[in-house]
Amino acid sequence: MTVQPIAFINARLVDPETGYDGPGALIVTEGVIAEASREPRLTALSDDVKIIDAAGALLCPGLIDLRVKTGEPGSEPKETLKSAARAAAAGGVTSIVVQPDTDPVIDDPAVVDFILRRARDIELVHVYPAGAATKGCRGEGMAEIGLMHEAGCVYVTDVDRPIVDSRVMRRLLAYANALGVLVAHRPADPWLTRGASATEGEFAGRLGLASEPVAAETIMLERDLALVELTGARLLVDQISAAAPLESLSRAKARGLPVLATASINHLTFNELDIGDYRTFCKLVPPLRCEDDRLALIEAVASGLVDIIVSAHAPAPAEDKRLPFDEATPGAIGLETLLPALLTLHHEGRVPLARLIHAATLAPAKAIGLAAGRLAVGAPADLLLADINAPRLIDAETLISKSKNSAFDGRRLQGRVLMTLVDGRVVYEGPAQ
Amino acid sequence: MTIAVPASDALRKPAFPFPARHFLSVADLDPVTVGALLDLADEFVALNRQKSKKLDLLKGRTLINLFFEASTRTQSSFELAGKRLGADVVNMSPRASSISKGETLIDTAVTLNAMQPDILVVRHGSSGAASLLSQKVSCSVVNAGDGQHEHPSQALLDALSLRRAFGRVGGLTVAICGDVLHSRVARSNVGLLTLLGANVRVVGPPTLMPADVARWGVEVHHDLKTGIAGADVVMMLRLQLERMQGALVPSMREYFRLWGLDREKLALAAPGVRVMHPGPMNRGVEIDSDVADDAGVSLIQDQVEMGVAARMAILATLAARLDNQ
Repeated sequence: MTVQPIAFINARLVDPETGYDGPGALIVTEGVIAEASREPRLTALSDDVKIIDAAGALLCPGLIDLRVKTGEPGSEPKETLKSAARAAAAGGVTSIVVQPDTDPVIDDPAVVDFILRRARDIELVHVYPAGAATKGCRGEGMAEIGLMHEAGCVYVTDVDRPIVDSRVMRRLLAYANALGVLVAHRPADPWLTRGASATEGEFAGRLGLASEPVAAETIMLERDLALVELTGARLLVDQISAAAPLESLSRAKARGLPVLATASINHLTFNELDIGDYRTFCKLVPPLRCEDDRLALIEAVASGLVDIIVSAHAPAPAEDKRLPFDEATPGAIGLETLLPALLTLHHEGRVPLARLIHAATLAPAKAIGLAAGRLAVGAPADLLLADINAPRLIDAETLISKSKNSAFDGRRLQGRVLMTLVDGRVVYEGPAQ
Repeated sequence: MTIAVPASDALRKPAFPFPARHFLSVADLDPVTVGALLDLADEFVALNRQKSKKLDLLKGRTLINLFFEASTRTQSSFELAGKRLGADVVNMSPRASSISKGETLIDTAVTLNAMQPDILVVRHGSSGAASLLSQKVSCSVVNAGDGQHEHPSQALLDALSLRRAFGRVGGLTVAICGDVLHSRVARSNVGLLTLLGANVRVVGPPTLMPADVARWGVEVHHDLKTGIAGADVVMMLRLQLERMQGALVPSMREYFRLWGLDREKLALAAPGVRVMHPGPMNRGVEIDSDVADDAGVSLIQDQVEMGVAARMAILATLAARLDNQ
């Protein structure tokens, strides 16, 4: 495949590997980064190079999203791999990890293979499957982790369902670790969270919603951390969401346990009050927490305690959302709003831009062993070019995802993707200003 | 053939504009609106005690009672209120068996809306259901109970009962006792009674209290004796018997011993104390029959009577707004 070389000049480069945030230029050839310069202009370019003047726009590695649900296979009207890939490209996301709680569940190497073949045919962004940790995500028997890993799954998880049986969790961690497979787990006590659709507190109490205390997350996280200590295995804590579990995480990291944690952009942006008058687009798993928890989470991203930011993209069609709050399907789409929401955290002065980019590119790349996420010579040319200041009113109806359940609908954000490249190919180009 | 009784001008044209198209939550009300609703309800109480009780304020209007949860008391109260005001009343109790409950709610709302009703009275087991439904229909929606959220007509009838018994609501000390956590009656009453200036206490075991309930602007007590000490009004809540299963309370007899109302405990309240209960009662669980049936103390039968009048006031006010459109 020959693609015309592209040179970006006058860009604001952010390289999460070196921490560089400043002017620069970049040449892409043969699908990889051929040259990265801290000078805004390049000399001696050959004639066949397409030159793009970034005019000060942000040029950084494309985002890598470790937590994306689609409806394929099984619920294609929600979202297909293709529609998710198109949404990702439009959002500057160049790699997505699709979650295994599909129908059938990705708990078999054949389904891993199916996803990878479909992704190859779509030829947009990189699509990597996560495998189920246990068969059917039921939390009982272990799934074929080794075979799925050979087939190409990048980590294992039971997605939203906590693995309740501590013995299963212990064996899973030990077994997966021996094979070099990362285990992700969302910590939630199944009894304290049973039937809950909001976080316990004054607001949920007034709304009359069944609610769960934050302790449900802390309790399960403490168990998981104890099992990490017991087994020595790596663990990816999926969507940590509140101040108390962050303290547990901090202690574990201080002791040197091999733990990584993700936070969803939703929990970094919204709090429990966004539920408002029973807005089901803000019904999430874990439920939105209070403002103090949100601020603690942002602080943890800034300090590096939380390693990775995910979109937690979870498409749900209108008929699953236009229901009373306790009956509605939880989750919100997020691929197309991830970048502007990250940039909004930067514009609010809460987290430095380079740190945010790091948490959405290099950190997830390292977690699952990808070569992407850096601007080094020879690295894959998975890039995004964005105007970080462009004001934007999010209108869910204009989003590409097949489902329109965006928690950001009606929100004003800043930042617009101008161009997305995957392996040096332009997979998205924003409308001309 | 029914002959409408001559109604006073106050009844014919409620003298104030209702601020909202729907009656969903006490949070939408203000003291002036509540005062006007109570004044109107007072007139309906007088009317309801006459031999001929029928008015034509809702003549030609269609009222649909849409009860997803079984109810005898509230449904018949709304039905009588509608009929006494001259509306055509249809009762519907969709069963949730054939299709999922959510589909039933929206599908039913759209279907009923196409039949051009004027007022939809809805009860549903999910918090926020009445609000959701109000966004999908073009008629007025009255919340007759949504999950554990609100039961605003109950709060209005309780305020009416109190105002008639004490001459005022402001300044009264009202102890709401029992399962506050699961009670929409408690939520609506806390909202409305505090709005009207009453001092509200909530009393019950911590397992039956919502988180951060102290921030609702109420006093919180876990001991019934201190909770009702000096109270002018003791409002007992119904304890669903399935609460025994979820480790919320150990047994009925322990609950009655610690949080049930009997004569002995009631003696701690203020002289002239009145006892309320939204019904239906679990005698011997949250309240002793001896107290419940004592007409000198209990307002429970008054509450039922006031229920019809309060709901007539709500319906008449919403209808007056429709007439002005």
